Amino acid sequence: MENLQYDIPSQQSASKRAPVLVGVTASGNCEVLVEPGTDAAHCRIRIHTSAIGFAPIWQAVLRDFGERHAAGGLAIEINDVGATPAVVSLRLDQALEAWEEEHA
Amino acid sequence: MNATDHRLPGNRRAERKARAARLATGRRVEARDAVALLEAVIDCGDRVCVEGNNQKQADFLARALASVDPATVNELHLVQSVIALPDHIALFERGIAKEVDFSFSGPQGTRLAQLVSEGRIRVNAIHTYLELFARYFVDLTPNVALIAAEAADRDGNLYTGPNTEDTPAIVEATAFRGGIVIAQVNEIRDTLPRVDIPADWVDYVVEAPTPYYIEPLFTRDPAQISEIQVMMAMMVIKGIYARYGVTRLNHGIGFDTAAIELLLPTYAESLGLKGKICTHWALNPHPALIPAIEAGFVQSVHSFGSELGMEHYIASRPDVFFTGADGSMRSNRAFCQAAGHYACDLFIGSTLQIDLAGNSSTATRGRIAGFGGAPNMGADARGRRHESEAWIKAGEEARQGRDEMPRGRKLVVQMVQTFREKMAPAFVERLDAWDLAEDMGLSNPPVMIFGDDVTHIVTEEGIANLLLCRDTAEREQAIRGVAGYTPVGLARDRAKVAELRERGVIQRPEDLGIARRDATRDLLAARSIKDLVRASGGLYDPPSRFRNW
Repeated sequence: MENLQYDIPSQQSASKRAPVLVGVTASGNCEVLVEPGTDAAHCRIRIHTSAIGFAPIWQAVLRDFGERHAAGGLAIEINDVGATPAVVSLRLDQALEAWEEEHA
Repeated sequence: MNATDHRLPGNRRAERKARAARLATGRRVEARDAVALLEAVIDCGDRVCVEGNNQKQADFLARALASVDPATVNELHLVQSVIALPDHIALFERGIAKEVDFSFSGPQGTRLAQLVSEGRIRVNAIHTYLELFARYFVDLTPNVALIAAEAADRDGNLYTGPNTEDTPAIVEATAFRGGIVIAQVNEIRDTLPRVDIPADWVDYVVEAPTPYYIEPLFTRDPAQISEIQVMMAMMVIKGIYARYGVTRLNHGIGFDTAAIELLLPTYAESLGLKGKICTHWALNPHPALIPAIEAGFVQSVHSFGSELGMEHYIASRPDVFFTGADGSMRSNRAFCQAAGHYACDLFIGSTLQIDLAGNSSTATRGRIAGFGGAPNMGADARGRRHESEAWIKAGEEARQGRDEMPRGRKLVVQMVQTFREKMAPAFVERLDAWDLAEDMGLSNPPVMIFGDDVTHIVTEEGIANLLLCRDTAEREQAIRGVAGYTPVGLARDRAKVAELRERGVIQRPEDLGIARRDATRDLLAARSIKDLVRASGGLYDPPSRFRNW
């Protein structure tokens, strides 16, 4: 397992409430947990992944995510079982859409 | 010698048949005499076609041919759709055959590449199916064809039934050019449901000890379709099928296109597209199409071959499938390939690698796989003249107001996830096909679909419309712009990609009004093989390997 942590600059999220969990941890899939964080200008993302050596790809995936969504002030935890960047991006987008919808 | 044989005695055909006379009773030859029959009728250096494709296989006759004495029969030139069985490979290992012209090798691709590098086999050319059939009538006419049929009657008429596939093309070329046609049949019956191949085109019939092998290649378990594939399917339906009004089409094999088929009765229906898209198909009877057929989406399906387990369902829908008076389907690979080329407005398929110009190939180093029907269906039909909404619109986009003679254009779509299994990128700077060309001694790399035939590339990141690109530099950035986090995608010019998105050359899911949250498996009209059986009213009878209940 590799553990990575990033603080991604992102616009401040509108709300802070109960955590949201999206996805299943199974082969080729990934689980995303969204919680309120501490730094309003950044999204703190912690990753536990079975795939070693993909840190530059993670950085690019998360940078785009931070630009796409207002995720500042959130803390996101990703449990990844060898998911492709496509699955990770989809799970992140779904988690954020779920977060925004439930707290609208 | 049969009574209808009008050819002069003393010619090669008569000599071949005279040598086999002691083995045959009329056209019947016993299975135990199959090897002796082949040793009698085949001359050294003959062109031999062992029928087989990605579906049915004349496997008993292939085994018999691999068992002949290489001292008696050698230097053969195989001219056949596939090199798929271990017995096909054995022909080269045992020194019976020395060269091959084919279309597809699939599971034997690695072994084939090894034999080429050892100099034990000469691959003259890899063809698309229709191209190889065409050569049967010009410079690659078989001297002997070994074919597979469901049943023969006592006169030697053949019933090939739902899996007629390549048989008519092979037999017509061989029988009318003085060649010998030998059929393996699953059984001899008193009467046939119908005659697919008349007896006087057939020289010998052998009742095989076991039914011919058939691969259920087009069955995809909906349980394995991912949410990414659902999202890509939504993009294709809204961004391409609805946009161009695509009614006549062909789908390749795979989970990506199975997802589209399973979204027709749900997502496409919700967009009001029933009757406006996907009404007429050149397609094998994909089980995944059952829900769309039952929902009234589909008016017509003509097939290259059949699909194991679909027989009863097909027979229940003669309004959709091409069936005979006996009720069973008749497929025909040659006609369906012609239909896919000339009468369809769209082809969508997948590949292993796409380069910066949009060229794609499934050829990888150390593996000679061939391309089957994709090069034919994934190519603009330059001889086409009839008009349709989709063809006209694609042609207009390709010209973009340039002062050129108006002509239509086929839509050729490549649908890939940016990373395949084991994080292998689908987008590459240079196709492995270049290395393979070197290994095989080809002048040109074996490209499956050329970039200038591709009109759209769809990935999880979006759709790149290559018709709207003004030059090769734009084309490269449009491709990089949907290549995700692959090295090719990461090396994009972000400003140029933003401009292409502004112009609609690149469209993201959100540009098409598709919310990623909606891309769930709940949208699939069937989520398991069992759901497909249910949708068919219990008529679809899946092969045991797909039954997990």
